Amino acid sequence: MDLFSNIALGLNTALSTTNLFYCFIGVFIGTIIGVIPGVGAISAISMLLPITFYLEPTTALIMLGGIWYGTTYGGSIAAILLNIPGTPANAVTCMDGHPMARQGRGGVALLTAALSSFAGGSIGILLLMLFGPVIATYALSFGSAEYFALMVMGLVAASTISDGSAIKGLAMVVLGILFGCVGADIYTGTPRFNFGTLELTDAISLVALAMGIFGVSEVIASVRNVHTSSIDPKSVTFRAMKPTRDEVKRSAGPVLRGSSIGAFFGALPGTGPSVAAFIAYAAEKRISRHPEKFGKGAVEGIAAPESANNSADQTAFIPTLSLGIPGSPTMALMLGALMIHGIAPGPSLVNEQPSLFWGLIMSFWIGNVMLVILNVPLISVWVRLLTIPYHLLYPAVLVFICIGTYSVHQSSFEVGLVVFFGFIGYMMRILDWPAAPLLLGFVLGPLMEEHFRRAMLLSRGDFMTFIDRPISATVMAITACLLIWGVVAALRERRKVKFRNAE
Amino acid sequence: MKKLIAALGVATALTLAPQIAAAQDFPAQPITIVVPFAAGGPTDTVTRLVAQAMSQDLGQQVVVENVGGAGGTLGAARVAQAEANGYTLLLHHIGMATTATLYRELPYNAIEDFEHVGLVTEVPMVMVGRPDLEANSMEEVVAYVRENGEDVMYANAGIGAASHLCGLLFMDAVDTQMTTIPYQGTGPALTDLMGGQVDLMCDQTTNTTNQIRDGSIKGFAVTVPERLDALPDIATAAESGLDGFEVTIWHGVYAPKGTPEDVVARLSQSLQVALQDETVIERFADLGTAPSSQEDATPEALKAKLEAEINLWRPIIEAAGVYAN
Repeated sequence: MDLFSNIALGLNTALSTTNLFYCFIGVFIGTIIGVIPGVGAISAISMLLPITFYLEPTTALIMLGGIWYGTTYGGSIAAILLNIPGTPANAVTCMDGHPMARQGRGGVALLTAALSSFAGGSIGILLLMLFGPVIATYALSFGSAEYFALMVMGLVAASTISDGSAIKGLAMVVLGILFGCVGADIYTGTPRFNFGTLELTDAISLVALAMGIFGVSEVIASVRNVHTSSIDPKSVTFRAMKPTRDEVKRSAGPVLRGSSIGAFFGALPGTGPSVAAFIAYAAEKRISRHPEKFGKGAVEGIAAPESANNSADQTAFIPTLSLGIPGSPTMALMLGALMIHGIAPGPSLVNEQPSLFWGLIMSFWIGNVMLVILNVPLISVWVRLLTIPYHLLYPAVLVFICIGTYSVHQSSFEVGLVVFFGFIGYMMRILDWPAAPLLLGFVLGPLMEEHFRRAMLLSRGDFMTFIDRPISATVMAITACLLIWGVVAALRERRKVKFRNAE
Repeated sequence: MKKLIAALGVATALTLAPQIAAAQDFPAQPITIVVPFAAGGPTDTVTRLVAQAMSQDLGQQVVVENVGGAGGTLGAARVAQAEANGYTLLLHHIGMATTATLYRELPYNAIEDFEHVGLVTEVPMVMVGRPDLEANSMEEVVAYVRENGEDVMYANAGIGAASHLCGLLFMDAVDTQMTTIPYQGTGPALTDLMGGQVDLMCDQTTNTTNQIRDGSIKGFAVTVPERLDALPDIATAAESGLDGFEVTIWHGVYAPKGTPEDVVARLSQSLQVALQDETVIERFADLGTAPSSQEDATPEALKAKLEAEINLWRPIIEAAGVYAN
C-alpha cells in the first residue's frame, strides 16, 4: 500500500543516525527552554536558524520541529511545579496543575501532562499524516466570517473558565481586549494607545503580557513566604506518579476531546496552541459533571489543555507543509529554514520531496516518544528545581523571564512591559481578579476584531454574511445553543436553591 | 595634575585608537547586519545568503540580527543611531523609501542619516488572483476591475507591505478604486486568496511562484520589463498594456552616517564579491530573483535609487491618504 511505503520511507529517513541525533537535540533544547519561563520556541528557533545552514534541510527541520513541540512539553513542568507557564500555551495548565502539586499530587499532574501531551501529539500526527492535504483544503473554506463565528463560540464557551465573581471575570476579559487593542489598527494604520512611541505601534507581545501577569506576579507573591517550600519534593518521585484508577478513567475523555479541539485550531492558520488550550479547558469544564472541581486540582484540567496544545503543535504543520503557508510566526521561521536551502514549500512539496515530508512526520513521532522518555523517568531531575532555595530560584526565574522576553524581538522596551504587567498581575492577585480571562481576552479580542471587520469589508457591510455562509451559520447556531443551555442551567440551579431554602 | 593630564591623554588615545584601526584594517571584529523584519521572511533569507558570502570575503563573521517592528522603521532607527564604524549595518528593502512618506514622524532621515553601501537585488512582483476568477489574462483583469470597481476585493499584507504598494500603483495605473482588504502578513492573505475569499493580490515572486505553478492561484502579469525564467508563461505588465505599472522590491545595504569613506568602500566591494558568489546566484534564482549588477551594488547607485523611489511613492501614498502613524 502506498501509505505503508511512505511510512517506511519516512522511518528510513528519520531513523538515520544523524536525524535521530538532531531530533534528540531538538526535543532536549525544546524541553529545557520550555521549562524556563519566557524563553519560547520562537526565540530558540531564530537563534538556531543560522546553524541550519550547515545541515541537510530535512535534518534542520527535524531539529527545529523538535524544539517547537518540545517547548510545549517542558512548559507544563514549570506551570505545574512553579505556577509559571513555561510558554503562553501552558497558561491554562497552571489552573489545575499547580493546585495538584500543592496537594502533594505533583507527580500525578506531571505524568498526566506528559501522557496527555503524547496522546495529543500522536493524534495530531495521525491526522497530519492521513488527512493533511484534505484538511488543508477544508481549512481554505474558512473565511473571516467563519473565524469570527468561531471566536464568538470560544468566548461564550470560555466565559465560565474561572471561578468566583462573574463580574470580575468579565471585567478581566474586557481589560484583556483593551490591552489587545494597543498598536496600529491593521486596516487604517491609525495608532491606538501607543502614547506616541514607535514600540507600542506593534502591539503588546503575548510573551511580555503572559510572563508579567503569571510569572513576575508569582515571584512577587512568593517573596513573603520564601522560607516555606510549598511543595514537598518527595511527592514528585517516580512512585508518587502513579495515578489512581479513577484519575485514569477521568482523563481519557478530556484527552480525546482536547486532541480533537487542538487538531482543529492548529490546522487553522492564525489560531494556535494557546487558543486551543483555552478552548479545550473551557469545553471540558462545560461538559463536566463536577465543574466546581476545576481550578482546585482536577486532573481533567491538565489532560484537556495539554493534549490540545500538543495536538495543535502538530497540525500547525498542515497549512505549512501542504499549502506552503505559515500559520504562525514560528512556522514562518521553519519555512525560512527551507527557503534558505532552496526548497520552496507548496502544495507540491509532498510529491517533490517525499523523504523530507514523510521523514519529518515520522521524526515527530520519534521525537514525541523521546519526550515521554525525557519527561517521565527524569521527572525527579526536574523536581530538583524545587529543592533549589527560593532565594536563588526566583531571582534566576526573573532573569530568565527578562532574557526570554528580550530575545523575542531584541527589544528592551518589552522587558519594561514585563515589569509593568508584573505589577498589574500582582495587583490582580491581591484583589482576587482572575488572570486567565484577561489572557483569553487578549488573545481572542484582536482576532475577533480583525475577522469581524474583514468579514464586514468583504460583505460590504451586510451582517447577514454570518448567517448566509453555511459553516459560519452552523457555528453561530451551536453558540446560540450553548447560551440557551447556560441560561437554562442557571435557572434550574436557582430553582433548586430556592427549593432547598424553602425546606 | 600632571598625572591627570597624562591619564586623560592615554584615555583619549585609547578611545581614538579603535577608530583609526577601523579605517586601516577593517574589519577587525564580527559585523552585524540588522534586518528590520522577522527571521524567516524573504528579506531575512536574502540577508542571510549575502551575509554568508560577505563573511568569506571579509574574513570576519557577518551576523544577522532581526529587529522587526513598525514596518521596518525600528530596525532602521537602531542602525541610524549605532556607532558609525562599519560594524553595524542595515539591509532594508523598498520600505526604506516608502516609510519616509508612510510615517509622518520618523526618528531618522532615510537619505541624510545613512551612508549607502549598495543595492543587493530587485525582486519582481506578480499580479495574482483567486483560482476561480473568470479573468485569464492581465487585459481581462483590468476589464474586470474597471467593470466591478469597489466590488473587487484586493488583499494585501498590511500597510506599507509590498503588496499594499503594488496595489496602490495598480489602482493608479488603471485609475479605478478597488476595496482593499489588509491582512497581518502575506501568509493569511494568500490563504484567503487560495480559498477564494478575495479576488486579487500582487506580491513578490518569492511568495507566489510555487502557488502559481501548481495552479492554486492564477498569475496574470509580472511588474518588470522582461518575462521571468521562473514564470515564462506570465506576460509583463507592459505587454498587457499597462505601461506605468512597474515595481520591484529592491533591497539595499546601509551604514550609519559618518562611517569612514574607506570602510564604506570596503563593504561595497565585499558586497559586489558576495553578489557574484555561485551559491548566492543559485539561491536567489530559487527565490525568483537575481543579484544586482556590479554597477548597482555601489553607494552612488543605491543613493540615486533611494531618492528616486522616495519621490515616486510620495504622491501616490499622499493621494491614497494612508499613513502608518
